[in-house]
Amino acid sequence: MASGVKPRVKVPKSASAGEAIVIKTLISHPMESGQRKDGDGNPIPRSIINRFTCEFNGQTVIDITMEPAISTNPYFEFEATVPEAGEFAFTWYDDDGSVYNDNKAITV
Amino acid sequence: MKYKALTAFAALAISAPMVFAGGADDDTLSIDGQEMISKTAAPAHMAETGIDTIMSGWHFREDDTQAMQMDTFDNPGMIAVDQATDAWNTVDGTAEKSCASCHEGPESLAGVRAVYPKWNADAGEMRTLAMQINNCRTEQMGAEAYKYDKAEMTAMEALITVQSRGMPVDVAIDGPAAEYYEKGKEIYYTRYGQLELSCANCHEDNYGNYIRADHLSQGQINGFPTYRLKNAGLVQTHNRFRGCIRDTRAETYAVGSPEFVALELYVASRGNGLSVEGPSVRQ
Repeated sequence: MASGVKPRVKVPKSASAGEAIVIKTLISHPMESGQRKDGDGNPIPRSIINRFTCEFNGQTVIDITMEPAISTNPYFEFEATVPEAGEFAFTWYDDDGSVYNDNKAITV
Repeated sequence: MKYKALTAFAALAISAPMVFAGGADDDTLSIDGQEMISKTAAPAHMAETGIDTIMSGWHFREDDTQAMQMDTFDNPGMIAVDQATDAWNTVDGTAEKSCASCHEGPESLAGVRAVYPKWNADAGEMRTLAMQINNCRTEQMGAEAYKYDKAEMTAMEALITVQSRGMPVDVAIDGPAAEYYEKGKEIYYTRYGQLELSCANCHEDNYGNYIRADHLSQGQINGFPTYRLKNAGLVQTHNRFRGCIRDTRAETYAVGSPEFVALELYVASRGNGLSVEGPSVRQ
């Protein structure tokens, strides 16, 4: 169970219709790869965020499968065009079954 | 044909700008639009060093690294600040108090970072910010002290540092601090280790030059705690001191030791006038 997980998202508050905006996302997470061993030589179990999605008004913007080689505190920056006012929904899926959400509204 | 290609290549090589000069650049550091003093005239007590302009280590880093620090969202050190904000409001210890019980919001500690290490007259000792945090924890909260350079401590330092962002460093070196200043200065100019290097050999005599593949800065600590990309975590001043002395192949002092406290005071005083910019981002 990963502790201290906290998603952070930066989305402009408003945009003009059809404009490409930059979205930045960051989630604090240890991203334990499963390859390391602890002091006694026992493998440390894998614990990563394995999927990240972003939706806009129910429509998929981005859907990412994440692998163990991704480093701690994964950061994604991408562009999206905004056709209308609405809400971005961001979702992170943890190996342990936890799901972390964040939502940001945007006006046009 | 072959000859032509060769000359074209040579011309290209010559006309390429010298992007890898080791010195400080002339960029302007602003964090979320707030401009920082990252270069200024050296304080009066540095007259004998021959340095007339003091510069933040930010100027010695590559553009990508610099950009990360200029936006607090991109700055990975801010994650620790978030975590420390939670700790700030968490009740801990026998007195059943949190930091917030006495200090209210962390913004009440604006200006604190800029003047530490600071002489504490009641206790009769020179205190770093970490020592003060631990004193609060043990004396006021009845909680267990943080280990000097563990993540919780570094994060709390980062949270308190952010409140002073942009304020000029202004540590006192007179009065009771003078003794520590002199001691720190002596350490700064003492050659350590098998390589026989003092702090001054690199950071005073050779800043702006290369040390193998790396740029030597002035060794200013106004950006601490620092998020180091190579560590993927925040690093405290004393960790950095220890790393530097270790690299001279010497036995180092311990973090939190009186020697490092004195050295921190001395090195901080060499940055009097630069903005507090922690948590900074470095390579």
